[in-house]
Amino acid sequence: MSSATLEPMTTMHSEQMEYVTFRLADQWLGIPVMVVQEVLVAMRIARVPMSPEAIAGFLNLRGQIVTAVDLRTTLRLPNRDADAEVMNVVVRHESELFAFMVDEVGDVVSVPNDTVAPAPATLDARWRTVCTGIVRRERGLLLVMSVHEVLRLDYASG
Amino acid sequence: MDDLLRDFLTESGENLAKLDNDIVALERNPEDVARLNSVFRTIHTIKGTCGFLGLVRLEGVAHAAENVLDSLRAGRLQVEPALIGDVLAAIDTIKFVLLRLEETETEPEGDDTPLIDRLERWLSLDPKAAARAHDAALGELPLPVMPPRATTAPPVMSAPPAAPAAAAPGPVAGEPRPDGWDGADRRGQPEVAGDARHTLGESTLRVGVDVLDKLMNLVGELALGRNQLLQLTTSEEESPFAKPVQQLDRVTTDLLEAVMKTRMQPIGNAWTKLPRLVRDLSQSSGKQIELSMHGAETDLDRQILQAIQDPLTHMVRNSADHGIEPAAVRRDAGKPEQGTIRLSAHHEGGHVVIEIADDGAGINASRVRRKAVERGLVKADVAEGMPDAQILRYIFEPGFSTAEQVTNVSGRGVGMDVVRSNIETIGGTVELSSQQGRGTTVRIKIPLTLAIISALLVGTAGESFAVPQIGIVELVGVTEEQRSLVENVHGAQFYRLRDTLLPLVHLRALLRLEPCEVRETYSIVVCQVGQARFGLVVEDVFDTQEIVVKPVGRLIKHLQAYAGCTITGDGRVIMILDTGGIATMANVASNETRDEAERAAQLTAQARAAAQADAKESVLLFDAGYPALQAVPLSLVARLEEFALSSLEEADGHFLVQYRGALMPVVAANPAMDLRSMDPRPVIVFSDRNRTLGVAVNVIHDIVEDHLHLQRRASRPGVLGIAVIAGRATEVIDTDHFLRQANGDATGIDHDDAGAAPDTRAVSAPAPVAIA
Repeated sequence: MSSATLEPMTTMHSEQMEYVTFRLADQWLGIPVMVVQEVLVAMRIARVPMSPEAIAGFLNLRGQIVTAVDLRTTLRLPNRDADAEVMNVVVRHESELFAFMVDEVGDVVSVPNDTVAPAPATLDARWRTVCTGIVRRERGLLLVMSVHEVLRLDYASG
Repeated sequence: MDDLLRDFLTESGENLAKLDNDIVALERNPEDVARLNSVFRTIHTIKGTCGFLGLVRLEGVAHAAENVLDSLRAGRLQVEPALIGDVLAAIDTIKFVLLRLEETETEPEGDDTPLIDRLERWLSLDPKAAARAHDAALGELPLPVMPPRATTAPPVMSAPPAAPAAAAPGPVAGEPRPDGWDGADRRGQPEVAGDARHTLGESTLRVGVDVLDKLMNLVGELALGRNQLLQLTTSEEESPFAKPVQQLDRVTTDLLEAVMKTRMQPIGNAWTKLPRLVRDLSQSSGKQIELSMHGAETDLDRQILQAIQDPLTHMVRNSADHGIEPAAVRRDAGKPEQGTIRLSAHHEGGHVVIEIADDGAGINASRVRRKAVERGLVKADVAEGMPDAQILRYIFEPGFSTAEQVTNVSGRGVGMDVVRSNIETIGGTVELSSQQGRGTTVRIKIPLTLAIISALLVGTAGESFAVPQIGIVELVGVTEEQRSLVENVHGAQFYRLRDTLLPLVHLRALLRLEPCEVRETYSIVVCQVGQARFGLVVEDVFDTQEIVVKPVGRLIKHLQAYAGCTITGDGRVIMILDTGGIATMANVASNETRDEAERAAQLTAQARAAAQADAKESVLLFDAGYPALQAVPLSLVARLEEFALSSLEEADGHFLVQYRGALMPVVAANPAMDLRSMDPRPVIVFSDRNRTLGVAVNVIHDIVEDHLHLQRRASRPGVLGIAVIAGRATEVIDTDHFLRQANGDATGIDHDDAGAAPDTRAVSAPAPVAIA
C-alpha cells in the first residue's frame, strides 16, 4: 500500500486533484475520487451468459444493479489467478453504477494538475484511449484513467 | 429555461387540454354558462400572462379569441359551429406557438392576420364589441407610448431580443375598456395565474415524474429486502424476528400498492383529444357523431397510458371515418341519424379492458374475405369455410392495411397492424368483432403496469432466469415416455404438441452455457411471440414470482436475449429473458407454427409466400430420388414420421397406414419410387382441414431458412416451380397435387392442370418473379 503514496512535490498554490489509486498487474492507475462511490471487497457476481468477456456480470449492491467490469480483460492484461483477491471500485457514470474489478486498491492521492503529463504516444492503443495523463512518482508511474473513455470502449467485440 | 416561462408553459398546457373538451361540450350545450366562463378564464389567463412575458403573437391570437368569447358570455353572440370552429382554430394556433416556445424559447414566425380577421368578423355582429374593437385599433396607434410594460419585462425575460419589440404592440393592456369585465384584466397578470393555481385545490400536489420513478424504484428495493427477510425467518423456527418481519411484510405490501398508485393516471388523460377529433371529423364529413366516454377514471400506469394513446386515437378516427354512416344512410337503415362511438374502460383482474364500439355500418365480412383472397392471404376455398369472426382477423394483417383506400373495408384496415403491434409491445391483446349494419367493437386488454411483472423462474446449467408470464402459453413436462415426441431434423428439434410441430430452442445451447449432464426429464416452456410459437427447453422450472424489472445497463443492452434483470428474494441477480429476442436469435420467429385449433384453415404455403414475399421461412428439404432436392414450407408439414414397412398396407391401389385411429393414405413423392424398398420409410405428414396424407420420401434432408421465390415454373405435375434454396436449385412441391391424388379426388385429378395454374400465380404474383 505504501507504493501508493505520492512524492512530496506538491506546491502550495497549484490546483490539485484527488485520485483513487488501484493496481492492475504491476501498473498503478488512478481515477478521480469524485466519480468513485465506494470500494467493495469481493462480492457475489451473477454472470450474464453471452455477455462480452470483460463484463464479469451483475452484482447486487443494496438492491441496485451494478455492472462489474474486469479491467484486466478490458485493458488486455493476462487473467489473474483463480484464487487471486479481487477488489471492486464502484463508480457512478451517467446515473449508472459500474464496479471496476482490480487487483488492489491503494490510497487516495492528491496530485497537482501541473504534474500530470500527457500519456506517452508509445502506449498501447487501447491504453492510450483510456489514459488521460501520467504522473511520475517515486515508485513508478501512475496512469490517470478516464472512466468515460473506459466505458466507451468497444466491449461487444472485445 | 426561465422559471416564469416554464410555469406558464406547464399551466397553459394543462388548461388547453381541458379547453378542447370544454368547447366541444359548449357547442353541444350553448347554455352551459359555467363551461363558457371556464373557457373564457383559460384564454384570458393565457392572454394576460403572455402579455406579461412579451409573447406578442400569442397575445394577439388569445386576445381576439377572448373578445369573441366575451361577447358569447354576454349573450351578444350565439354559439354556432362556424364560430366554435374559429375559436378552436385560435386554440390550435396557441398550442402550436406554445409548443415551439417550449422547444426554442422564442415565438415562431407566422402571420395570424387571417385568423384574427375571422374572429373579428364575428365581433362585427356584436355592435358593442365592434365599437370597442375600433377603439382598440385607435389605441394601438401611439406605439411608443406603451413602454411602461416593457420596462417591467426585462428582468424576467429569457429571450431579451424579443422583449422590447414584443411588448410594444400589446393591444389593450393599458387601455380602459368600457364594459364591466376588464377590471380584472389590468390587475396584474401574475395574480390571475395565482388564482388559477389556487383553484386546483389544496388536496393535489404537483410532483415530478422522476421523483415518482425514484420512489417506485426504492419501494421495489424495499420489497426485495422484505423478500430476503421473509426467506430467512421462515427457514428458522421460532425466530424472534418472525412477528416484526410479518408486520414489515404487511406494511411493505401496502406501501408498494400506494406507490404504484402514484404512477397511475386515469385513462381519461389519454382521451382528452378525442372529443375534439370526433367533432372535427363530424364537421368535415357532415355526419352526426356522438362520442360517449365511460370509465374515464380507470387508472393505468402512465407509461402504458402513453403507449396506448396513438392506437386509441387511430381506432376512434377509424370508427368516425369509416364506421359511422352519413345521416341519410342511417335514416334509411332505420337507425337514429346520430351515430354513437362508445369508449369505455374498466378493470378486469390485473388488466384494463378498453372498448371502442360504434353503431355504424360494421365490416362487410364477405368483402374482407374477397380482399384476403385477392391479396393472396388465404385460398378461396379455405376462405369460404372460415367463420366471419376468423375472417375479420385479416384486418390486422400487415398486408391488408396497404390495400387501396377506396373501399370501406380497406379504409378500416389502414394501420390496424400498427395498432396491434403497438398494443402487443406493451403486453396487451386486441380483438375485433363486427356485425354488418350493426357496428364494430374493438376490445383491447392491457396490463396495469410494466414496472412489476409476473415471471416464471426457470433454470438451466445451474443458472436461473426469469421468463415473463405474459409470453408463456403453457408448460410441458417431458419425461422418458414423451421423449419420442421430440423429432430431430438435422440438428433442429421439434416437439409434437397435439397437432403442431413446435420448434424447440435449448436455452443452454442458445446462451452457450457449459454443457451439463443430460437429464432424464426436462421442461418445455411454450412461448408465443406474435404469431409464432416455440418451446424453450429448460432443466428446471421453479415458481412464479412478482419481480421488479431493472434495466440491464449500457454494456450489455445489445444482447437480444434479455429484457432486463431483477433481484430475487435471496439477493441474487438474475436475467429476465426476452422471448421475442430469443425467437429472433433462434430463428423461430418466422417459422409460424400457428395454433391449429384457432387457425385450422390457415393459409397454405403458397399464400403465405405471397403474403410475405420478402420474409424468409422455414423450408423442409428432402430427397425423393430426383436429381434435385424437393422443398416444402415447414408450416404446411404436420409431422415427420417413420413407418415400418410392415405397417404399410395396400388396398384399392393405394398405400395406407393406420395412423392415429384412422387410415392415412401414403403416396410416393416420386412415382418411380418403390415404397417397399426401404424400412423404415420416412414420411412427411400433411394435414389440410380434415384430410391427412403421408408423402413418402427417401431422406429428410434439412430444414433451412430461405425465401421461397419461384424462379421457374415446373412442367412435372406435383411441382409448383423451382426456387433457389440454400444456394441450390430446388423443386417446390405442390401439396395439393398429392392431396388430390391420395384422396382419389376425381375432379381434382381431372382439373390438375387448371388447378396448378392459380397456385403458381399465388406464389409468384406479389413478388416480381421472372418466369423464364
